[in-house]
Amino acid sequence: MSSLVVSNLTVSHGAIRALTNVSFEVQEGELTAVIGANGAGKTTLLRTLSGLKDAENGTATWRDRNILGKRPEDLVRRGISHVSEGKSVIPELTVRENLVIGGLWRRDKNGTEKAIKEAVELFPRLGERMSQSANTLSGGERQMLAIGRALVSRPKLLLLDEPSLGLAPLIIEQIFSAIKNLQKSMNLTVVLVEQNATSALEIADTGVILNLGELVASGNAKDLLADPALKSAYLGY
Amino acid sequence: MRQLIGTLLIGLTLGSIYSLMALALVLVWRSTRVVNFAQAGQAIVTTYIAYEIVTRTGVFWLAVLFAVVAGALLGAGVEYFLMRTLFRHVDEGPVAALAPVIATLGLLGVIKSIVGMIWGNDFRSFYPPVSTDNFVLFGESIPFSRFNVLVILSTTVVMIIFSFIFQRTDLGLSLRAAAFQPEIARLAGIRVGPIRTIGWVFAGVAGAIAGVLITPNDVLSPASLDVLLVFGFVAAVIGGLESLPGAVLGGVVLGIGVSFVLNYVGTTLIFPTVFVVLLLALIFKPNGLLGAKKVRSA
Amino acid sequence: MHKLSTKKAFVAYFLFGWLLLIVADRVDELRVYQGATIAVTTLAIASIILLTGYSGQVSLGQGAFLAVGAYAAALSQTFWQSPFWFTLLIAILVSAAFGFILAFAAGRMSGPYLAGTTLALAVGLPTLANQFSFLGGETGLVYDAGLPPERFGEEFTLYKWFFWIAAFVVLIAMFLLRNLLNSRFGRTWKALRANSTAASLCGVNVAQSKITAFTISAGVAGLAGALLGMVSIVAPSAFPLSLSFTIITGAILAGVTSLLGSMLGAVILVVIPEIADVIAHQLGDSEKITTNLPGFIVSVLLILTVLFSPNGPAEAMRKRKEQHAKH
Repeated sequence: MSSLVVSNLTVSHGAIRALTNVSFEVQEGELTAVIGANGAGKTTLLRTLSGLKDAENGTATWRDRNILGKRPEDLVRRGISHVSEGKSVIPELTVRENLVIGGLWRRDKNGTEKAIKEAVELFPRLGERMSQSANTLSGGERQMLAIGRALVSRPKLLLLDEPSLGLAPLIIEQIFSAIKNLQKSMNLTVVLVEQNATSALEIADTGVILNLGELVASGNAKDLLADPALKSAYLGY
Repeated sequence: MRQLIGTLLIGLTLGSIYSLMALALVLVWRSTRVVNFAQAGQAIVTTYIAYEIVTRTGVFWLAVLFAVVAGALLGAGVEYFLMRTLFRHVDEGPVAALAPVIATLGLLGVIKSIVGMIWGNDFRSFYPPVSTDNFVLFGESIPFSRFNVLVILSTTVVMIIFSFIFQRTDLGLSLRAAAFQPEIARLAGIRVGPIRTIGWVFAGVAGAIAGVLITPNDVLSPASLDVLLVFGFVAAVIGGLESLPGAVLGGVVLGIGVSFVLNYVGTTLIFPTVFVVLLLALIFKPNGLLGAKKVRSA
Repeated sequence: MHKLSTKKAFVAYFLFGWLLLIVADRVDELRVYQGATIAVTTLAIASIILLTGYSGQVSLGQGAFLAVGAYAAALSQTFWQSPFWFTLLIAILVSAAFGFILAFAAGRMSGPYLAGTTLALAVGLPTLANQFSFLGGETGLVYDAGLPPERFGEEFTLYKWFFWIAAFVVLIAMFLLRNLLNSRFGRTWKALRANSTAASLCGVNVAQSKITAFTISAGVAGLAGALLGMVSIVAPSAFPLSLSFTIITGAILAGVTSLLGSMLGAVILVVIPEIADVIAHQLGDSEKITTNLPGFIVSVLLILTVLFSPNGPAEAMRKRKEQHAKH
């Protein structure tokens, strides 16, 4: 069953077109990597799917219901959590508060506490820093905190925007394996936007390749990795 | 010595009222990124309402209650009807960034002229619930009255309630999250729109209390809170415009400063002093007394 | 938009001035007085347009700069017996200096800080007049443009003379401003307003440009203030907070990007009290209504304009045209 269906999606920033007629599908429980260079439209795609940006044309559904033109706070309630680009944490709040806000909407203190505990089990480094201000965290810890916050919302579909950005290779490896774990253990559907093409495709089930706002290829991640033409043109090695 | 203590106490009284106004401005600034100049207008309406209640019933606390409720409703109304319309309409162009602030200025004008049409522009006095006569200590009079004690006590209570709400409740956490990073707050599922309205409600309450507390020592007229607005703004800037404790501290610092100028120099220099304090704060402490290192722009 | 060359513009300003003088000869005293007020208000609005429309800064307390200019001019006349034209120069210089100091302090910040600081100035400055005896308290200072030359004849009234002076000075000032805004300065400011980051990357010194704009704007406002002092009085009551509101309203109504619009804004502002009078009369002439209605109308107009046509009629039309072209 396809759970996320995007078809003919077109999005513009004013006069500049960021996405043109993009169509792809993601199956329930699948991890899809969206690959492309700077300006390919990856971030725009995620922002449109999470309600932060309006589409000009096309449709997108999650579990057969439209998600375009909805508010992000409503989509969270439907199980879509977006970790936006650049360590999306609130530096003025403590680590704990950053996690708690993900669960406020559910008005279920016990459930939130349980979810926080799970997030801390996944990223033990957060546990040691619960009462510190998020401002004091390293880049990698912030990324973990951002993902942790999204998990506290108990998502079914997780949209991740470049979690590897600006991080050391060792940390990237940790975060990617955590993402893979999550997908398996919680049966999460994940859309992972990455510039780091190889690492992303290695953990992904399927892949979507964007270039200048258009979809150039999509399909099984292993096949995409193996395709020599794609490799030289878009995967950058 | 007696004069010094008196000056400090008066400063604390004035400062606590400035703090409330500063708090109102900071609350709105944090939630909507607008300095709400209409805050003085909203407060003048609630103060006139309180004035009506006091002259009719003589019960000060009932007047405060009415002022607080009216302040909350007005705050919500301004945010809901004016600000939301504004943000829907204005998106680009040279004035876009300035439109909200200019609109609040326009609202201040509208409110003041309506108040003038209803109550007239003449000065009225607002009787305090307790004596404003100076205390006598060891046979000497101290420029400090029961009413001043009441002002300090009630602002302290308000501050404690506010800080409890902001630091200890889910609502407070939502308010802070939405203030600092509205986009991330939305992605976490917080309904930023209603939260923003609630921010204006708290601001309206703080402004209403400030108006009711400052007026018994002063006169009431449609323009009588303009100066409070300016002092509140200066206090907020001293505190960094972002921080609630900063606003309180800024108010107290400014109040004590004003009180010293009043007692040792005379009324002549109050305004120039406040203005110089504002400029100095902007130049040397651009992020406020409690501010983090961040460029002050926008 | 088609831009006139400097020479042609000069001829246009000259002809317009001539036309004004002819008209002024044929209307009654009240209209002449209003004409003078319109001229002064035009200049005051132009000072906002320069600041807000071109350099993207905001001043909610422009009335304060008018007051500084008026008091500077009056003081120089009282204490040095300066000739009238020299008092105007003093007005410009003193208020520009004042603006420079303020801009220097406030120059690095924008938005709320500048708005609040200028508002604080407008609230507080008039109170100073009561505190220092040389400023004349509530009654203010004597400021006098002198009598009209005798060869203009007995018929030539004082108000007509004020109008001549105001119109002449304002036309010259507007002509110079126009040239300034079409020069490199104006273009730099526009770039700044559009995108200060981009402008700074192109080598524009953002802080310096903003300070320059603020200083010039304050000087222009000071000149307008001196003329206002000539037409009315130099006293705190001539420079209330509402004056600053009124000027901003005029600028927003006119569309902050067009210097020409400033005259339209000024006309509207001068007409409002007349309309308010008529309405107040209809409502039964209660004192509460009469004194508060003009302020009410101005503020409502300000809000409505900001809501529905924030960039002024000219910009709104241009936008509509662009949209048409697109489709």
